[in-house]
Amino acid sequence: MLEKNEKLNIEEILNDLENYRPKRRGWHWREEQGKQQHGDFEYHQASKPLENSCPLPAAKSFGYIDPQPDCVITTEIASGRFEDDIRRMRMAAWHGADHIMVIRTAGQSHYDGLIEGTPEGVGGVPISRKQVRATRKALDIIEEEVGRPINFHSYVSGVAGPDIAVMFAEEGVNGAHQDPQYNVLYRNINMVRSFVDAAVAKRIMAFADMVQIDGAHNANATAMKGWKVMPELMVQHALNCAYSKMVGMKPQNIALSTVPPTAPPAPCMRIDLPYAVALRQLFKDYKMRAQMNTKYMESCTREATVTHVLNLLISRLTRADIQSTITPDEGRNVPWHYNNIHAINTAKQALVGMDGLLELVELKKDGYLPAKVRELKERAVLFMEEILEVGGYFKAVEMGFFVDSGMYPERNGDGIARQINGGIGVGTVVERDKDYMAPVCEHFGYNNLPEGIEKACDLIDGCTFCKPEKIVFIDELDENDNVSRRLKETENLRHSSEIKPEVEWCGDGIVSTTIFLPVEERVAEFAAMEIGKKMGLEDVVVIHKQVMQPAEGTLVEIKGKVPFTIDTSKLVIPKKPEVLSDEEIRKDIERKPMKVVAATVGEDEHSVGLREVIDIKHGGIEKYGIECLYLGTSCPVEKLVDAAIEYNADAILASTIITHNDVHIKNMKKLHDLCIEKGVRDKLMVCAGGTQVTDEIAKSAGMDAGFGRGTKGNDVASFLVKRRREMENYEG
Amino acid sequence: MAIKRADDFEIRREHLKNLTDEELEKRFWQLAEEIVKPMVELASTHTSPAVERSVLLRMGFSSIEAKTIVEGVQNLGLLGKGAGNVVYRLAKKKNMPIREAGLLLVEGKAWDEVPALF
Repeated sequence: MLEKNEKLNIEEILNDLENYRPKRRGWHWREEQGKQQHGDFEYHQASKPLENSCPLPAAKSFGYIDPQPDCVITTEIASGRFEDDIRRMRMAAWHGADHIMVIRTAGQSHYDGLIEGTPEGVGGVPISRKQVRATRKALDIIEEEVGRPINFHSYVSGVAGPDIAVMFAEEGVNGAHQDPQYNVLYRNINMVRSFVDAAVAKRIMAFADMVQIDGAHNANATAMKGWKVMPELMVQHALNCAYSKMVGMKPQNIALSTVPPTAPPAPCMRIDLPYAVALRQLFKDYKMRAQMNTKYMESCTREATVTHVLNLLISRLTRADIQSTITPDEGRNVPWHYNNIHAINTAKQALVGMDGLLELVELKKDGYLPAKVRELKERAVLFMEEILEVGGYFKAVEMGFFVDSGMYPERNGDGIARQINGGIGVGTVVERDKDYMAPVCEHFGYNNLPEGIEKACDLIDGCTFCKPEKIVFIDELDENDNVSRRLKETENLRHSSEIKPEVEWCGDGIVSTTIFLPVEERVAEFAAMEIGKKMGLEDVVVIHKQVMQPAEGTLVEIKGKVPFTIDTSKLVIPKKPEVLSDEEIRKDIERKPMKVVAATVGEDEHSVGLREVIDIKHGGIEKYGIECLYLGTSCPVEKLVDAAIEYNADAILASTIITHNDVHIKNMKKLHDLCIEKGVRDKLMVCAGGTQVTDEIAKSAGMDAGFGRGTKGNDVASFLVKRRREMENYEG
Repeated sequence: MAIKRADDFEIRREHLKNLTDEELEKRFWQLAEEIVKPMVELASTHTSPAVERSVLLRMGFSSIEAKTIVEGVQNLGLLGKGAGNVVYRLAKKKNMPIREAGLLLVEGKAWDEVPALF
């Protein structure tokens, strides 16, 4: 098993891929769902915890608990280089994602066949057997590490749906988007071809126990007014569900891809909640994949996060079996590593925070909500009635029924119309002859097997579903565009002490900076780029700007590339002091009481930092029983030393924040010298702290220790206890 | 052929308004099934190059081999027999393993024997 301090070895994953077989097949839902205890709290909508994970930042104050919500959490990772994506997948799994969705490279849906090898993708990853197998192999390692199976997911669509479905079933892919309507409406694939292919693909997915997600959410993203297509979305969901069920899929493996259609400043709850309720009522036998809204995302990550939290509220007020996440930077760029993590944490944080919400509040059973729910259902029924009236689905598509901007039955005549005699793959479908035969398992449709044959693949001594050793693995087809070439280029950064920042790909060098400028928007934009250049960044681009007030200023975020590497072996990194456990500190103080005097020295009125270190209510050293005499702010150094002598203190804690003319260093030296002068330096532990103080600076100014930004009571108490033990030994 | 029309929901819903919620939901699913039924039938009785490639993949051919064979079968107008069927019958006739028969076709050989298999 992988050690947590050990990086994924990409070369090792690619090694002997030809003979790798996935560990399992089929979808995995979270286990042990329901009531459980974590730390001080009872949870009602949690699931089996992870063996290795990164809890939410605030978990620090709750004993580092990391309760996992009941629903599967999705993250989409597809930078174009799967070898970099699998590292991000590991980070995502540690934060609680167990559904990793890989978007395909642009144009793959029009590729008539399977892509092979490992070419680099654009806006996604080229889904080939090698990429899928390598990713599954990595996920097999990662799922063992975190202690929860990870669902791997991509797309069974385009003109090679059945081919891809077979490959996914063979390679242990656990879920996929499959919806023939998506092909027709958004990929202009011939409608007959799309539905014929879909039936075969769906049957294979059913065999592999994959979860299917439909493509209806695209109507929301495509329509001019996302909320106007609600009746149509229900129809699209229904058609894919009914079709899938009829070709052999179990309803519990069929998930609706549903998105709350609006976002603030629209009063989104009033629109999105009735829609969500209507869906859950109509589709009670099916699973809900709750997606987050992308339609109204701009470049502000804060705004996106708030919209997404409102989406999560809908999930908790209704039902989500799979909670999808959208990275907060999707309105700016292809998602960055850490934004996947932010998105996963947005879901985990909100879902855990709203644990058991429906035990506290309930949805109204009369008034606006149920009336709206009923209206939406009726509109959807009317939509389907008209489909039949005009002669069926194909006819309706030809007439532009779908993605019309009017709320059905209103029609604005701007829907997406496709012709039955048009689109990619037109004319390629043929009728199966009487003697049509396919000697393989899980084949949908008419199959004239010879008499007496019950298992089709007995005719050929087993198909790849029964005998996986028959699968043919193709390694690479392009000697320039492949993973080995790419890895060679970054070898130095992966196998030496040199590093470069990255957001997407190893060595991409990208960093971002947040800048406020007291000028109007356009001036700010150009000034920010100039600042980026002067900071030494290359390829500077503005990724976000927001007016704070038209004249007073603008917030700008830029990204750029750093042209250098850092050699970590040459860094001087001070050793991190060991912090003792609360129990050990307490015991030592019980054994022998300790007194300290503390003050902010010099002409300095800052008090917050020192009080945090001392006060019991902030978790300061008082909580261990250390007696503290606090002399306040602007305390002369002389007064502090005199008080220590008079009080018979063990230690002096001096805070010094102001650094003008190095006054903080002068204060420390003065404190040290005065203690020597009064003959108490050997008996006293003398420490200084402050935002600009480090252990090194303090020691060179004569202190026993220095404490900088972020110091907590336990850091100081640990030092005092350890130092006192040393002094006792010395004396003893 | 796209139409424009004002929202006439109130008029259209006349026949639905007295249905119970259960009746409305039942109608919803009946309509969905009625719409997709002819398409399921169509898929059951038809095939496509992708469908046939998926058969050949399951028979143990690579994607490149499958593509070549299906294109050859299409050229002969025999897709309706099933590309897997073509390979199966050729193997039987020549008394050779399935994979060997398929590879003959991939190499452009034995195509002249194919039409006579049916």
